[in-house]
Amino acid sequence: MSSQIDRTGIKIGMWLFLYSEIILFGGLFVLYAAYLYRYPEFFAEGGKELNRVIGAINTIVLLISSFTVAASITAIQRNAKKQTIVFLVFSIFCGFVFLVNKYFEWGAKIHHDIYPNSETLVSGEPGVNIFFGLYYTITGLHGLHVIIGMILLSISLVLVIKGKVNSSQFSMLDNSGLYWHLVDLIWIFVFPLFYLVL
Amino acid sequence: MDQQENHHVLSFTQLGVVLAILLVLTGITVGVSYIHLGFLNIPIALAIACTKVTFVLLFFMHLKYEGRIINISFISTVGVLFILIGLTFWDVAYRY
Repeated sequence: MSSQIDRTGIKIGMWLFLYSEIILFGGLFVLYAAYLYRYPEFFAEGGKELNRVIGAINTIVLLISSFTVAASITAIQRNAKKQTIVFLVFSIFCGFVFLVNKYFEWGAKIHHDIYPNSETLVSGEPGVNIFFGLYYTITGLHGLHVIIGMILLSISLVLVIKGKVNSSQFSMLDNSGLYWHLVDLIWIFVFPLFYLVL
Repeated sequence: MDQQENHHVLSFTQLGVVLAILLVLTGITVGVSYIHLGFLNIPIALAIACTKVTFVLLFFMHLKYEGRIINISFISTVGVLFILIGLTFWDVAYRY
C-alpha cells in the first residue's frame, strides 16, 4: 500500500518557505527605503545611471516567463506533456535572457568603475555609494534566485519528460513555479525602486 | 477518498489576460516615470508595482483559489512586513 501524498501539506510547506524569502527581500527593501529617505537626490542621481530600457525589457521577460510557467501547470493538469515541456523550456530560456541582460548591465557599470568599493564610489557622494551598494546586493541576490529558479524548473522539466511529474502528481512543478513567481514578484519591486526613482 | 480534486485549472486565455494586464501596467509605470511629479513619482510607481504583484499572486500563484491556511498565513506575512516597514520609519523619519 503506497503512502498518501499530502498535496495540500506540500503546498503549505512551500508557501512557508516563500514567506521567509519575502521577509528576506523585505528587509533589504526597508534598508533601501531608510537610505532613500536620507539621500533622495543622490538616489535619484544613481537611478539616472541605470538604463530604464534594459530594466523594462528584463521586467517584460520575467512577466512572460511567469505566464509560461503558469501555462505549463495548466498543460500538465490537462495531461498535455509536450505543451508542458515547451512552456518550461521557454521559461528557462527567459531566465537565461534575464541573466545575460544583467551581465551586460553589471559589466557596463564595472567598466565605468562603479562597483562596491571602487574608487569612484568611495571618493564620491556617500548617498550614491549606498545606492549602488544596495543595487549590487539586491540585484545580485535576486540574480542568485533566478539561477536557483532555473535549476528547479530544469529539474521539473526532466521529471516531466520522465513521466514522474504528471497530471496526478505535479507538486514538484507547482512548487518550482511558485518559486519562479516569487523571483518575478521581487523584480517587480526592484524595477521601479532602482530604475524609476528619478 | 481523494479530497484533493479541487485544484482549479486556469485556462490559457485567462492567464493571457492577466499577462496583458501586467504588460500594460508595466508600460504605464515606465511612461509615468518620464513625467516629473516630484515626490509623487515614487508612491505612484510603488502603487502600480503593488497592483502588478497582486495580479501575479492571485492568478499565477493561484492564491485566489487556495484554502484558508494559505490565505491567512500570507496576509499575516504581509502584516509582519508592514510592521517592519512602519516601525522602522517611525524611528528613521524622526532622525534626520
